[in-house]
Amino acid sequence: MKYSEIMVRYGELSTKGKNRRDFIRQLGKNVRDVLTEFEGIEVLAQRDRLHVILNGNDATPVMDAIGKVFGIETYSPVVRLSKDATLEDIQKTALEMINEQYEEGQTFKITTKRQNKDYPLNTYGVDNGVGGYVLDNIEGINAQMKQPDIDLRVDVRLTGIYLSSLTIQGALGLPVGTGGRGTMMLSGGIDSPVAAYMAMKRGVKVDMIHFFSPPYTSQQALAKAKDLTAKLTAFGGTIDFIEVPFTKIQEDIKEKVPEGYLMTIQRRMMLRIAAAITLDRHCNGVFTGESLGQVASQTIESMRVINEVTSLPVLRPLLSLDKTEIIKIARKIDTYDLSIMPFEDCCTIFTPPSPKTKPDLDKTIKFEKNIDVEGLMKMALENLKVTKIHVGDDYLNAQKDVFAELL
Amino acid sequence: MIYFDNSATTKVDNDVLNTYQKVSENYWGNPSSLHNFGEKSFNLLQQSRKQIADILGVAPAEIYFTSGGTEGDNWVIKGTAMAKREFGKHIITTQIEHAAVKNSAAALEDLGFDVTYLPVDEEGRVSAKDLEAAIRPDTILVSIMAVNNEVGSIQPLAEIAEVLKKYPKIHFHVDAVQGMAKGIHDLIFNDRVDFITFSGHKFHAPRGIGFIYGKNGRKINPLMDGGGQERGQRSGTENLPAIVGMAKAVRIVKDHENESIVTEQAIREKIYHHIIKLDKVRIFSKLNDHFAHHILCFAILGVKGETIVHAFEKEGIYISTTSACSSKKGVTSGTLNSMGVPQSEAKSAVRISLGDHNQLAEADKFNQVFDKLYDQFKKLS
Repeated sequence: MKYSEIMVRYGELSTKGKNRRDFIRQLGKNVRDVLTEFEGIEVLAQRDRLHVILNGNDATPVMDAIGKVFGIETYSPVVRLSKDATLEDIQKTALEMINEQYEEGQTFKITTKRQNKDYPLNTYGVDNGVGGYVLDNIEGINAQMKQPDIDLRVDVRLTGIYLSSLTIQGALGLPVGTGGRGTMMLSGGIDSPVAAYMAMKRGVKVDMIHFFSPPYTSQQALAKAKDLTAKLTAFGGTIDFIEVPFTKIQEDIKEKVPEGYLMTIQRRMMLRIAAAITLDRHCNGVFTGESLGQVASQTIESMRVINEVTSLPVLRPLLSLDKTEIIKIARKIDTYDLSIMPFEDCCTIFTPPSPKTKPDLDKTIKFEKNIDVEGLMKMALENLKVTKIHVGDDYLNAQKDVFAELL
Repeated sequence: MIYFDNSATTKVDNDVLNTYQKVSENYWGNPSSLHNFGEKSFNLLQQSRKQIADILGVAPAEIYFTSGGTEGDNWVIKGTAMAKREFGKHIITTQIEHAAVKNSAAALEDLGFDVTYLPVDEEGRVSAKDLEAAIRPDTILVSIMAVNNEVGSIQPLAEIAEVLKKYPKIHFHVDAVQGMAKGIHDLIFNDRVDFITFSGHKFHAPRGIGFIYGKNGRKINPLMDGGGQERGQRSGTENLPAIVGMAKAVRIVKDHENESIVTEQAIREKIYHHIIKLDKVRIFSKLNDHFAHHILCFAILGVKGETIVHAFEKEGIYISTTSACSSKKGVTSGTLNSMGVPQSEAKSAVRISLGDHNQLAEADKFNQVFDKLYDQFKKLS
């Protein structure tokens, strides 16, 4: 079936009163962003519906992309006929559409709405004409008004006649960007991309903060974090990726801090830097992938000591999830396979054999005096590198174009 | 030269060869190496996997590279036997499988497994009914080819899939070595199939490379244990130049699938209609949709298949007795025997098998040569 557009119905935003216009504008922008790889597509974000005009593109990959964008309740592939298409045109299109879905023993119904009162047939005429034609041409199909298997809608509008029969559940949630802004501490493991996904689900636009410690962590680990970010753009468009040079800080801590407190103080430095970046970028909170009790730094005692460096909210969407639940989501959002690629990241190098699970705040502060907190932070913050990551970007496999010739 | 033996092997495509050479020159790092030279090879490997998966409409994680069709068949059959031996020791296959399947099953019989070999009808096809009747509580595997390599019969995989939906625990393997880009994609990748075997050199990729599709969640034991390549399922340093070449070959043959089918069909029909008029000719492949469009098996009565092959070869035309793998052993076609073709006819059988590189004009040339040889043979018999 050659569809001409995808009709998108808005999610929760329908109830948001006067913010409605912002929501629609944001969703339109996000959908446009996510679909940039497709040539010639138009996105019209209108008051009641959002329309993605395919202009010759295949509907399936476009629908796959739309299906991930937060803020969409449902969507339907639609065939648009000209506004004065004949009944015969409608009949043929309807038959083709139903044939594509029909399985033996199913029932159908035609629902016509007519906004264009100049159209020569009224709703009854279209219903009957199309319904009769379908009954004549598909053996064994039955019409049923209540809960039919296939509900084919014919919308006779001033701009054209629109036919659709499939309604697909969208990603729900709120459009990314309508829920404020935050930063996300993205390591490259399984958890942080999932936490980012959950933040985005509630409409928060997140900037990724990644700590990079060459040569202890490799270019591949950095590329992996960027590719994870690229995966996350599927849910709401382009994401800023901030690379923090962290080598010097880790080396200093390793040299000057007792082993049991390495991890705690390292995390405090990370959070301090993240908080500074957060404020600098007019964001209002720091998201992390922490889940209570998962590792030494993620006990409630550790959290208290680490959290002490900032008064910004530190948001932990995975707090009470089990690892298996997190993995399930990671698989769903297609970050799992990337996350488990075996590159050292900033969290795994210099891990002491037995970090304190219940660090003492006074001792932490005392040991932290061994390093130049202000100077180290300043140096890191002056050397940030920001990259805009777009849908479809690929860093681990940057040679894609060279390979394309071989393949 | 006219090459009509594409089911035995095909000519490596020039672009594929080019890729093979470039990869050998520029990306010879080991995909498992940590350094970025190896990393490049790894990325190229994964990109090749993804390309094949995308074209076939499956997930990249469902593609495992092998050394070819024989390994694929051996792996799925023996790997299933190893993985599921606790659940049963009964295997169902057909009388007309390629030796890689048949002999793998036979090897398992020696180890105490029970194998049912389904019969075929006069068109060389098994029936879904026979299959259902053969299923036992301890059946662990059903292995049925897509296209028979000797006569070209297409097996009723859709009906078989329907039957097997009632037995979700049985592994369903399809040997599709003769089925790549032959217009039967949906039949092979039906909604019940668990494993599919492909071989590169049957579709213009180099020798020594192939792949299997293995449905996500279905487990077989590896036959190759070692360094853990292919996610631990098939160890051995990846044959990257051949893999990339094969990914390219898949793209090329799928890009040209429709045109190739039209040309091959026209060649086959032209030859069919020409030779069917002759009274000493028996044709075992039919012109209906139960047969693939690229294989034609026939006999000239009274003349040994071998003699026919050599007579054509003198004229620069390459055909074969029924299967290249068994032709040198001088045994008659297993498939024809199972179809009930009398021994006297089967020993005269030869096979034409077409590929992407054949042209319609070659059919005329073949027919001319055929007439000439037919007259000679007539004098002999």
